[in-house]
Amino acid sequence: MEQSWKQAKAAFAAIAVPPVAWLVLFFLVPLAVIWAYTFGENVGPTTIDFTGTFANYARALEPLYLDIFGKSLIIAGLTTLLCLIVGFPVALAIAFAGPKLKSWLLLAIMLPFWTNLLIRTFALIAVLREQGYVNFALEWLWNNASGFMTLIGLQPLGDYEPLTLLYNNTAVVVGLVYVHLPFMVLPLYSALDRMDRSLMEASLDLGAGHMRTIWSVVVPLAAPGIASGILITFIPALGAYLTPDLLGGTDSQMIANVIERQFKRANDWPFGAALSFLLMYLTFIAIAAQAFIQRKAERRG
Amino acid sequence: MTDASPTQATKPNTVVKPNPIISFEKITKRFGKTVAVDNVSLQIQEGEFFALLGPSGCGKTTLLRMLAGFETPSEGRILIDGKDIAPLPPNKRPVNMVFQSYAVFPHMKVSENVAYGLKMDGVAGSEIKTRVAEALELVKLDGYGDRMPDQLSGGQRQRVALARALVKRPRVLLLDEPLSALDAKLRDQMRSELTSLQEKVGITFIMVTHDQDEALAIATRCAVMNRGVLTQVATPADLYEFPNSRFVADFVGSVNMFEGVLEKDEPNEAQVRCAEIAAPVYLDHGVTGARGSTVWVALRPEKIEMHKRGEGSEAPKMEDAPAGANVVPGTIRDIVYLGSETIFEIELEGGRRVKTFRSNLTRYDQEDFTWDEPVWLAWHACSPAVLLS
Repeated sequence: MEQSWKQAKAAFAAIAVPPVAWLVLFFLVPLAVIWAYTFGENVGPTTIDFTGTFANYARALEPLYLDIFGKSLIIAGLTTLLCLIVGFPVALAIAFAGPKLKSWLLLAIMLPFWTNLLIRTFALIAVLREQGYVNFALEWLWNNASGFMTLIGLQPLGDYEPLTLLYNNTAVVVGLVYVHLPFMVLPLYSALDRMDRSLMEASLDLGAGHMRTIWSVVVPLAAPGIASGILITFIPALGAYLTPDLLGGTDSQMIANVIERQFKRANDWPFGAALSFLLMYLTFIAIAAQAFIQRKAERRG
Repeated sequence: MTDASPTQATKPNTVVKPNPIISFEKITKRFGKTVAVDNVSLQIQEGEFFALLGPSGCGKTTLLRMLAGFETPSEGRILIDGKDIAPLPPNKRPVNMVFQSYAVFPHMKVSENVAYGLKMDGVAGSEIKTRVAEALELVKLDGYGDRMPDQLSGGQRQRVALARALVKRPRVLLLDEPLSALDAKLRDQMRSELTSLQEKVGITFIMVTHDQDEALAIATRCAVMNRGVLTQVATPADLYEFPNSRFVADFVGSVNMFEGVLEKDEPNEAQVRCAEIAAPVYLDHGVTGARGSTVWVALRPEKIEMHKRGEGSEAPKMEDAPAGANVVPGTIRDIVYLGSETIFEIELEGGRRVKTFRSNLTRYDQEDFTWDEPVWLAWHACSPAVLLS
């Protein structure tokens, strides 16, 4: 392969130029412009002077914004953890399912991707709101329990108070877990599916139970898959915008919501750019950590 | 071959001892509609090095996996030391397995791999240490404890798998195609090492293999399987010299097979007429088949002698050729020189080709057989195996 493209440099260039040009024009250039904004100052409603100031970064590191960064990290971290806890058994079950069932299960995991995120989020609102399906179901149970207590001569339970499941941090985490679960399941599944089954059998053969085998053999060997699952769940969750916007309350702002406000309502592009780049630096650190784990795992075989 | 060579058609199986360590009782295993193992009953004695031999898909691995607990029999029972092991999960069975892929845990050091099973059994730390060291010494890996599996060669990884299984002192050690992943030189070395290892530890070994050379070289007794059915259980020599069916004769070693009709069958002699051999095949023993029935004559290539057949020469007499009981003319059509021996392919008068081996006893072949040369083929009256199925 290497030989052939070296011999046909013109053809290779002809194929490579359009995508490279596209990336430079529509990705690198805008990114560079935003990066330049981080060192700029608002001097008019639409004019920005590139003064080389660090004031935007300094402001982004004020406690108010650091708190929001911290909160975003916690929410994204919690989302990732829940995705891992829910996703690992799911991925394990898919990896061990029969070939026919396996393709149906994988389809079920990917099905949500076929629906627009906005619609999925509104559907979740319909499920979680006070007049939603969760509350309907709970109310039905409550009323039946109440009726049963009257029947056996006890005091009825009184009126059902609908639970507030929306517009708080829990709702944001629930929404983020729902949206990001496939991102966790798929890399876990591919790591578990590739694993040599005889390793698990060997563990059983040597006297380990099933839980012990999962903990001592399956989890360590799936570590690269777990790491990439964590990464591709954590990064988009950290920058989540729509879910906290629609499902969160006034105190469930995540960093992307703040950035959006800077660019739109506050019209402070330099500050919004500084916040964006801080988020990006965090992401780079996460990727570097994952690459480090990956390399360590690969060196081990 | 001497005159004292056995003259019966078949030999009885090794005597069945009263208390087998493992007993398969009418085991059947179905996967959906396919029958992988079909009504197999088999006893294995303590201290045997037993081989399950057969082509791929014959059910030998399934039988081994049922013993380890990774598959459940559809019908029948498996007893270890007289006790039904059906209720025991794999981690509670007194057997350990060396997997075909070795299945050495890649994320653990060699010593951790070997210690794994002992840790699961709750053996005390100090005892684990001594037993791991002993096991590594046993497989000649002392000093390798701190290495990671990817720093080992294939042969060394297999030794880790062996040590890891043996350190648990199982009643039976199971080996799934233990030599198939090794290169030829290493395989020969491992063969003799496995034998001496088994003698040293005194544990019953059961090996699954598709390689008949491997089974003959290592095992004390073999079971040949074909399409889920147990075809023959015998010592390696009996399997080779006294096969009980065309399948076994053909699967174990190389053979010239002729279909024929049993013309004569008396206690001390028999005669089979084969369409492809000019003269009737004479045997110095009875075969206990119905006269006139179809039988098969299996003749091993190394048991056929080859003599020069010059212009107008006569067939060798009994005095000249010890194998003179059966003599047929033929012509050399192909010669394959293998160094230690040469394979000749000889066309009989009817056009059928047969194979014979000749050891290259001297550095110059004195007789100098060549292509298209007429020869006599001769074999002893006790050499062919007459097969009824």
